[in-house]
Amino acid sequence: MTAINRKLLRDLGRMRGQAVAIALVIAGGVATLVTALGTISSLEDTRTAFYQRYRFAHIFARARRAPQHLAPRIADIPGVMRTQTRIAHDVLVDVAGLAEPARGRLLSLPTDGRPALNDIVVRTGRGLRTGHVDEVIVNVRFAEANDLVAGDTVSANINGKRRRLRIVGTALSPEFVYAISPGEVVPDNRRFGVLWMSRTALEAAFDLKSAFNDVSLALRRDAVAEDVVARLDDLLEPFGGTGGYSRREHVSDAFLRSELEQLRLMARVLPPIFLGVAAFLLNIVVARLVETEREQIGILKAFGYSNAAIGWTYLKLVLAIVLAGVVSGWILGAWMGHGMTGLYADYFGFPFLRYTMAPSVFAIAGAVGILAAAGGALFAVRRATRLAPAVAMQPPPPTIYGRSSGGGFLQTFVPQMRIRPATRMLLRHIARWPARSLLTCAGMAFAVALLVSSLFFFDAIDEMMDAFFSRTQRQDVTISFTEPRSENVLYEVAALPGVLAAELYRAVPVRLRHGHHSRLVALTGIDEGADLSRLVDVHDAPVALPPAGLVLTSSLAKLLGAGAGSTIDVEVLEGSRPTRTLPVGAVVEEFVGTAAYLSRGALTELMRESPAASGAHLLVDPLTQRRLFQQLKATPLVQSVSVQGTTLATFRAIVDETMGAMASFYVLFASMIAIGVVYNAGRLSLSERARELASLRVLGFTLGEIAYVLLGELALLTLLALPLGCLLGYGIAAYLTASFDTELMRLPLVILPATYGYSMLVVIAATTVTSLVVARRLARLDLVAVLKARE
Amino acid sequence: MTTSDQTDATTAISFRTVGVTKVYQRGETEVHALRGVDIEILDGEFAVLMGPSGSGKSTLLNILGGLDRPTAGAVFFRDREISALDAKGLTIFRRASVGFIFQFYNLIPSLTACENVQLVTEISRDPMAPEEALRLVDMGDRIDHFPSQLSGGEQQRVAVARAIAKRPEVLLCDEPTGALDSATGITVMEILERVNAELGTTTLVITHNSGIADMADRGLAFGDGRIVDTRTNTTKRPARELAW
Ligand SMILES: Nc1ncnc2c1ncn2[C@@H]1O[C@H](COP(=O)(O)OP(=O)(O)OP(=O)(O)O)[C@@H](O)[C@H]1O
Ligand SMILES: [Mg+2]
Repeated sequence: MTAINRKLLRDLGRMRGQAVAIALVIAGGVATLVTALGTISSLEDTRTAFYQRYRFAHIFARARRAPQHLAPRIADIPGVMRTQTRIAHDVLVDVAGLAEPARGRLLSLPTDGRPALNDIVVRTGRGLRTGHVDEVIVNVRFAEANDLVAGDTVSANINGKRRRLRIVGTALSPEFVYAISPGEVVPDNRRFGVLWMSRTALEAAFDLKSAFNDVSLALRRDAVAEDVVARLDDLLEPFGGTGGYSRREHVSDAFLRSELEQLRLMARVLPPIFLGVAAFLLNIVVARLVETEREQIGILKAFGYSNAAIGWTYLKLVLAIVLAGVVSGWILGAWMGHGMTGLYADYFGFPFLRYTMAPSVFAIAGAVGILAAAGGALFAVRRATRLAPAVAMQPPPPTIYGRSSGGGFLQTFVPQMRIRPATRMLLRHIARWPARSLLTCAGMAFAVALLVSSLFFFDAIDEMMDAFFSRTQRQDVTISFTEPRSENVLYEVAALPGVLAAELYRAVPVRLRHGHHSRLVALTGIDEGADLSRLVDVHDAPVALPPAGLVLTSSLAKLLGAGAGSTIDVEVLEGSRPTRTLPVGAVVEEFVGTAAYLSRGALTELMRESPAASGAHLLVDPLTQRRLFQQLKATPLVQSVSVQGTTLATFRAIVDETMGAMASFYVLFASMIAIGVVYNAGRLSLSERARELASLRVLGFTLGEIAYVLLGELALLTLLALPLGCLLGYGIAAYLTASFDTELMRLPLVILPATYGYSMLVVIAATTVTSLVVARRLARLDLVAVLKARE
Repeated sequence: MTTSDQTDATTAISFRTVGVTKVYQRGETEVHALRGVDIEILDGEFAVLMGPSGSGKSTLLNILGGLDRPTAGAVFFRDREISALDAKGLTIFRRASVGFIFQFYNLIPSLTACENVQLVTEISRDPMAPEEALRLVDMGDRIDHFPSQLSGGEQQRVAVARAIAKRPEVLLCDEPTGALDSATGITVMEILERVNAELGTTTLVITHNSGIADMADRGLAFGDGRIVDTRTNTTKRPARELAW
């Protein structure tokens, strides 16, 4: 090894603490990038493989009752590659051990062979046997949540009759990667199940011999989805078609996409924070190194080492640190990516997991890390090469401190204030290197901001749920009927045990069109002055129901490119299928869901029917809830029951589980940044002031007193950084909410004081521990050596 | 002087400066460190530069050694005008021809004595072995010691070894004994004397020590950026006999 390389190694050894701290920060940036990119590519690959292998359809449509001979005509639509007809029905399911009735989605499986589309993966138990009409396969999540295994039975109200179904197996399906029941905003695996039964059994049960009410299509590569949907709708219209839709509107796929979107956002926002901080740290550390070694650089130049050779030496030092960071980032990222992908696989129902960590992911993350960090240090390295040899040989002139910065400005406001010399020293030191002090402060602020902007997700989701469940949907229970009922049903409903209040609603499937935008939604008719299911905007202000106009949620309005005052073509896909053009009376700000409302009177008029109800919202006495549920389970007219509180609780549990893991990563990352910044700032300050501090010791100052001079500076900068970080975190959260705006949900920008508090506490803790580590070096200060050494 | 001596004289000149000035700009004020220096240093000559503090000695030495450039005037080494060289040219010049010794040794603290010498031998064309250079300065038994483990005199001897290890054509020494007691200083001067005599290395020494002038071929007195006096010694006193 050459002598200059040996010098490099020993330099590195001497500053290993700082090197490790910087490498840690770089590792954080690279790890987040690897994690995000790796998880994204793993999930995408898994999704593609799952969809392909189990033939997930491209187009979906339902009808009331279509004759089977329509199927070949559907298959003849240009662009259609494959079709699968089936029978689908939503039913009320009674599970032993579950007080509330669950919602079941019955789906038929062909009696002969595999389905052409939307195949299932049997995970436990076996497939259905022909001739056994009471056999059922349930989705894995539902079985797990309710402790159901092959051999258990559940009851379902099928077409008015209560049927016992025997579970023979559990399965996963590409249609239910994200298993959520129609109309719900959050998944509830206990209370929503998919039940696959044989086609023959369902044909008999729903009186659909040689008919179907659900069809899926797979398209050729060159097909235009909109055209196929239009042709399909034309074919199904006479048979009560409720409108075809593509994967984009498929709820499971949409959730999956939204999750991937969130990951992409993470890949965009987090790594730049880390790498920016790392670049700054490398710059100040190398700048300091060059400063302390200016005489050595001078000597090297005097003896004929070229500028390039010297620059390269320092660059190698930088690269060594960066590479250490990149490699540990790779390892950390691969590990975290694995964990995250596992979490997602758990969260989503994938039968297998393609954990693909493409080399390109590592290459990209590595290159980004090296470029950012080395770029930051290049400035300092250039300084080394620029030092004129003669100048480098002279010791640097004594640091020039300004008088003014010694707290003088404080005294102009409070003249009687006495500032201790030690305080003056630390204030002047901060003011002497304003850029560095600022950057140190900024680094810590970023640590706080990182925490605020990641923990904010908890607040946002809470707020979202709170807005949805406590302000808008204030009912305890919502029931839907198998068929629309006359208004008189209200008396029946109100007479159910424990019902304190009841409100009817009418919901019909419609297609809304505005310009070239179109969307399938449920148009809900609600009563003027309804108190349980209210129209309230995000600011909690009630929205008046316009007499004849539509009310759209903000996300739906955005999808349709419409606003208050726009006129919308409404095509009802039920009953006499009327079409009408209606104005948008109001747009209400909601965080979740794409919904459209109309006054129930106006809807009745639009439907040209007598006043009717699709279901009811109930306020329930909690004490008699059990009895109510029992009664509902036995009421054939009820198709589904959803219970708000339990839904909310299960969702919280899911959120806590998945986001909890994420949150601990963020705490780790933020601590890494804080430690990196504080340790480096402390060590630099110590190296610059060792002489000064030693002199103070010689003069009789105690260790505590000189620690105050050294650490007071850090404490002051931290104190400044905390509010700055909160502000910055708010800014990043604002950016995130603005960017994270999928069709499914918007995030409210809500950050609780506790979140700020916790974020600051984490950073204060990391700062304190790190400062103490630096302070320990003060005790080891060699007074004689420091005073003897030439500046 | 014979004719052959004269023809030799043109090639036997090591350094020649013509009207070298150096002005430092320090904010508003200008510091004239050198105000026109014309000197010739002969090949193999042992010259001593003396003069009050701030008179420009170091400045001149740095310019001769290619560490710095004059504001005006020309500097020749042998037949080359080094004041016309760019940074790269100066680097090559220093690497090939010059050895430096400084008052504060300027060893690399993170390298051992031997490695400090290696630092230079590695980039030279025809160097001595580092151990040999250290033996020349009587430091053969301390090759694995770090600078912090050596006394000032020992450090300076390592610095001398480092300077001579590449067999430079000139040795430029800025107050090499400035930080040493007289006995140690004499040891160092003896080494320089020996190198000058045995290797024929042109040697320029800045010193505040008038005694040292006695061992030189020539003493140049500096004052206010100019050479104010030149004294040629007909007989040189051996360094061993010096005292201060
Ligand atoms: N980099 C510089 N910038 C500004 N002025 C300088 C610089 N280097 C030297 N000087 C000034 O040039 C003048 C000559 O300095 P120089 O170091 O050559 O003196 P010296 O004769 O070596 O003194 P000493 O015996 O104290 O070492 C001095 O006035 C000094 O202040
Ligand atoms: Mg000098």
